[in-house]
Order: sequence, then C-alpha cells, then structure tokens
Amino acid sequence: MALKNAMIANSSHFPYTGWLWSKRILMTSFRHLLGIEGLNPVAVTSLLDLAESYVLLNRSGKTQRDLLRGRTLINLFFEDSTRTRTSFELAGKRLGADVINMSVSTSSVTKGETLLDTAATLNAMNCDLLVVRHNRSGAPALLAQKVDAAVINAGDGTHEHPTQALLDALTIRRNKGRISGLTIAICGDIAHSRVARSNILLLTMMGNFVRLVGPPTLIPPGIDAAGVTVHTDMEEGLKGADIVMALRLQKERMDGGLVPSAREFFAYYGLDRRKLGFAKPDALVMHPGPMNRGVEIDSDVADDAARSVIKEQVEMGVAVRMAVLDTLARGYN
Amino acid sequence: MILFRKIRFLDETAQSLLEGELLVRDGSIADFGTSLGVPDGAEIIEAEGAVLCPGLVDLRASLGEPGFEYRETIASAALAASAGGITTIAVLPDSKPALDDPALVRQIVLRGVETGSVTLLPYGAATRGCRGAELAEYGLLRDAGAIAFTDGTKNIASSRLMRRALAYASGFGLRIVQHAEDVELANGGAATEGARASWMGLPGIPAAAEAIAVARDIRLAALTGGAVHFAHITTAESLDLIRKAKDQGSKITCDTAPPYFDLNETAIGDYRTYLKLSPPLRGEEDRLAVLAALADGTIDAIASDHQPRDADDKRLPFADAAPGGAGLATLLGVTLAQVQSGHLSLAQALALLTSKPAAWLGLDAGKIAKGKPADLCLFHPDRSWRVTAGQLPGKAQNTPFDGRALEGVVLGTWKAGSRVFG
Repeated sequence: MALKNAMIANSSHFPYTGWLWSKRILMTSFRHLLGIEGLNPVAVTSLLDLAESYVLLNRSGKTQRDLLRGRTLINLFFEDSTRTRTSFELAGKRLGADVINMSVSTSSVTKGETLLDTAATLNAMNCDLLVVRHNRSGAPALLAQKVDAAVINAGDGTHEHPTQALLDALTIRRNKGRISGLTIAICGDIAHSRVARSNILLLTMMGNFVRLVGPPTLIPPGIDAAGVTVHTDMEEGLKGADIVMALRLQKERMDGGLVPSAREFFAYYGLDRRKLGFAKPDALVMHPGPMNRGVEIDSDVADDAARSVIKEQVEMGVAVRMAVLDTLARGYN
Repeated sequence: MILFRKIRFLDETAQSLLEGELLVRDGSIADFGTSLGVPDGAEIIEAEGAVLCPGLVDLRASLGEPGFEYRETIASAALAASAGGITTIAVLPDSKPALDDPALVRQIVLRGVETGSVTLLPYGAATRGCRGAELAEYGLLRDAGAIAFTDGTKNIASSRLMRRALAYASGFGLRIVQHAEDVELANGGAATEGARASWMGLPGIPAAAEAIAVARDIRLAALTGGAVHFAHITTAESLDLIRKAKDQGSKITCDTAPPYFDLNETAIGDYRTYLKLSPPLRGEEDRLAVLAALADGTIDAIASDHQPRDADDKRLPFADAAPGGAGLATLLGVTLAQVQSGHLSLAQALALLTSKPAAWLGLDAGKIAKGKPADLCLFHPDRSWRVTAGQLPGKAQNTPFDGRALEGVVLGTWKAGSRVFG
C-alpha cells in the first residue's frame, strides 16, 4: 500500500506520459542551440530526420514558405563568414522567415557592452531567432542570457559549431546508411577548431570511434575522452577509417607559430591520395570549408567525386539549418 | 574602556579556545582572564558562543585608488574590510599611477589613517610604473612607508631584472613579492590548461607556468641572498618546490587566497566571469595540495587577494573579461569553512589570518596579549550567512563565492579600541 501511494505521489510530478513527455523534454531543452553538448541521441536523431525531409523538399523544388511566416531571423555575425551566413539566410527564407543580416566588425567591438547593447537592441526589435557567430568562446551563451530570442550558435571562438556537426552527421548518415559504429578520423588543427569539438561530441555520443590526427602542437591538451584516440601519424590515424575529415589550417598558425611551414604541414598531415590510401577503400573525404588547397587537403582528393562529399556537406547545411530553425521556432512558442 | 564577557579567545600560546573576559583600555588590550570584574565606566559586551580574535591582517589587496575609483575606493574598501573583520591591509602598488614614488606611498598610509578603521600598508612598486623595466627607488619608498616591493598582479619577467631587484632590496632588508607565473606561457590564457579549458574552447595557462616561475626565483634568491615571497600560490608542484626550499633554509615565504583552497576550475561552469581569476582556478588535486600546505605550514598566510572589478570589466565573453575577485568580506568565512570541514584547526586558521601575516610584516599586531593594540574581531563561528553578489559591503561585488553559504558571522570589529563595525 505504501509503495502504491509512493508511486501515485511520484507520478504527480510527471503528468506527461510517453510521446508527450519525450516531446516536452525535447522542446524545453531546445530553447537555444548553443552546442552539441546538452543534446542527447534522441534529439540528434529527430533533428536529422527532420532535416532529411527538408533535403527532399529542397530537391523537389517546392517550398514551405508558411512555417516561419511573420517570424524574424537575425544573422548576427561578429566574424567574417560567407557560407554559414548564406546557408542560414537561405534556410530562413525557404521557411518564410524575414531574414536580416547584421555584420559587426570585431575591430569596432573593443568593449563588450556592445555585445550586450546589441542584445538590448535585438530585444526591442522583437527578434524571434538569433543566429550568432563570434570569435570568443561562450559569447552566444552570454547573449542567450540576455535576449528573448532563441539563440543559435553559428560558431563561437574555439568552442562549438553545432549546425556544422549536425550537417556532417547527416552527410555521413546518407552516405553510410548509419551514424554509429563508424571509425572517423578528424585531421589537422584540432586545437583551434570548433568544428572538431562539436563533431567529437556528436559522433562519440552516437557511438562512433573518433580519432584525432595532427601534430602535438595542434592537439588540445586533455581532449582524449571515452571514444577518442589521439594520433600524430596519418598512417596510424587513418588506418581502417570509414570517414576522413580534414580541417582548415588558418594562415596565422603556420609560419613557425605552431607548425614550421605550410609545406611541412602538407607533407605530414595534408590529405592527399597516398595518405587517403591508409583508410578503407570506400572511405569518404569531408571538409567543413573553406579549403586551403595544398595545405590540409590536395585538390586531387577534394575534387574526386567518388570519394569527396564536400559539396554534399554544403547542401546538407541548408537542410539541417531549416530543421534547427523549425524546431526552435516551434519549441519556443 | 570595553569589557568583553562570555567570549572565547586564543591567547598567544593557547592551541584551544579559552573562555573568559577581555578588557580594552586606551586602545590597547589591558587584561584578559576567566573573570576580571567590571571596572567603573566600562562598556560591557556579552557575546555567548562568539570568538574574539585579533583583527585580520590581509597581505594582499588592490583598493582601486588611485586610478580605478569606479571599481573601489579606499572608503568603500574600508567598509568591506571592517565587515570582514580586517583591520590591516597591505595594499598592492599597481594602481594608476603605480606606487613608485615616495609621495604616493605616504598618501596611501595617510588615507588609511583617515579611514580610522583600517591600517593601510602600501607595497612599493618593484619597477617604475610596475612596467618591469627599471628598478624603483627602494630606499626612498621604504622610508615613506613601503613594506616590500612587488609589481602586483604582474610577474617580474626578466631574470636579469629580478636578480637585481632581489639583490638591491636585500640591502634594505626587504622582500620582493612575486606574482608567480611565467609570462610567456600564460600570455593570452583565460583558464587552467587541460580537458576543461579545451572543451570550453578557452585559451589555457598550464599549471606548470607557476612552478617554472617559482623555481627560477628560488634560484635567484639563493644567488643574491635576497628574500622572495610568492603571492597566491595555487599548485602542488610550486608548493613542493617552496617546501623544499624552506627546508633548506632559504628566505622563501608564500601566501594563498581563499578561492584556491575553496574552489576548483569546475566552478567556472557556463563561462561565469566572476570565476575568472589570476592565477586561474586549478584542478581538484591542486586545491587539495593548497589545503595540505596550509595545514603543514608551507603557506605562511591567507590573503584576500581582493581585486575589485565592476560590471563592465566582467560582463564580457570569458576570454575578454578582466580577471580578479572581490575578497575582503569573505576572507574570514571561507577560511573558517576549512575549520568546519576539519582541514584546519581554529588556531591554525586564525594564525594564517592574523599572527602569521603580522609577523611577516614585522607588525606588533595579530596577537591577543597584554599591551597590544586592541584591533579585534568578534565573530560567531556557528551562525551562517549567504554570500550574495550585489549585497556585499563596499563597492566591489565581483565575488567568486556568489551563492555560497558560510558559517562564521562577524559581530563586530574594533580598531585600536574603537568600534568600526557591528
């Protein structure tokens, strides 16, 4: 009897059951999308499924322009970006949102009140969805505390870039038929890559084996966690891999800073035909773009239609961002 | 005349609390014992269960003046100090202008006298303008009242300059106080290097940056015969080096601050900039090593490391936010928390806040003994309060302990026999 009472008392805290309850978890945890951290496999899978439907819609040439009608999407970019901003802009417009681009040059932002002043301005404009890119880790999280809009992190410093990881996952899933049990080598400048961090979080969460390959100066300290191994040799790191992801090496990291030169980096870590040969014969090549050809990736590999899915990544980007905007806009209201 | 009754206190030699009475006359401790009788005209203060200790002596604080009055002023810092039971503060010289001129040093001393509640003992700048290039005028600064020399929150990076500073200061019998952090390794860092900083995408400062600086200066002290004091030591590795140097009889001393034995790097949470400190919060193993070094005597004092910051300094992305935490009002409470948790005895904790820093400064204070100045702090060790940023005494609200519950409420503070708080 006591047990039964306890169960009744307990259940009163959880009025939602089954599908409703899981949907509620999804919605409330989705006020913002600040990173892959905080998502769970259920949320990731449902986002990818939704994105998949938008891939088909986009390819059919039809549009879905009433979903976000009357909603305002602001692209707030404190750092230069062409493809991510365009991708979000296209995603917003395909769903019928009013899209506004705001580029704030970081040089003019010497004091951070500007960031919070901007937040106050955006609140006054009744913005619904705010896509933020900033060169400092944690800046979107800071904004999210101050704005009424749903905040989407479009890349913050060296922290996270969640929509990139989601679009990479969708690309992998479409090509490999699954997004678990795969061996994925992420190569190059891991230390300064938000793409790498988001990908590591997402891919290990979904049950893949992730290898990080790069010179020790470009491997972040203490990054090895469950499901992640670190390699300094491309042959060792790529051996038997299903997916090889090359990361962009920024100009300022070369020239004796963290690696002696671009040519030395290319010789040991650039993804060319020979090094790709260490991976599985059907291994796919990915790159978040924009590419430094002849530095982290050879054109021969990047443009090989049989192996490279780099163009498909861009297409998936729009679909994934539509799914994210759709989910957040629904969850928020 | 004040007669404290039904209080508990530690006299110079006692290791455990004595219950009794203490009489203050003409600004000094006149007598104490189990029962003194009531002299005519004495104000009687009864505080059952409370502990009377010497006023706290804080080895390290920035007070905002001159140059940063928007963060804190001497008047507001004095309020916070009194509320925290502090009656003496050693003031860092990296103000704007820096305390590299005898007139500025004298000015700080006088401003302390003006408050009537706290003695201010300025450090002199170790280098002109704390710029780390040329030696300041140690002799003239000492005669104006400087108690030691330091560049405050900046490390004296050049080995050559540090060698000269140690040698030259030893001629005046004074110490060089060093912010122990290798500048090149720490440059641009915002958090302790490691898994946590890596996942948060924050530029890291390796914990070894502290030990490297400590190791160099221990050797330079040996080379010159100078005395070096390491401020806010935070890592196990540095403490091992200091312990060993002390065992060999070197003139090495050090302090730490409450965040480094009460918090670890996980407190940063979701980019909370009030937890951005310099040196940065460390891992749990280092925190435990600091606690052990407090207990075994390797660390000579606990300082508040008060670094006032205002909202504009802190409401920024983590990497851009100014480091530093307010510490005056919480110095006693956070230290007592280690007594509550059994890591330190009350006698040890109070010595680290009073007699030990006083001895380091060469002061005739920090003890309960007849004839000593009646700088006193009365606190109730079992009453609790909650630290709340925005409601702290004084101007600076940037406490790293926001939301922390503390046991140990200051009931009153006396400076030379006059009540300045409570």
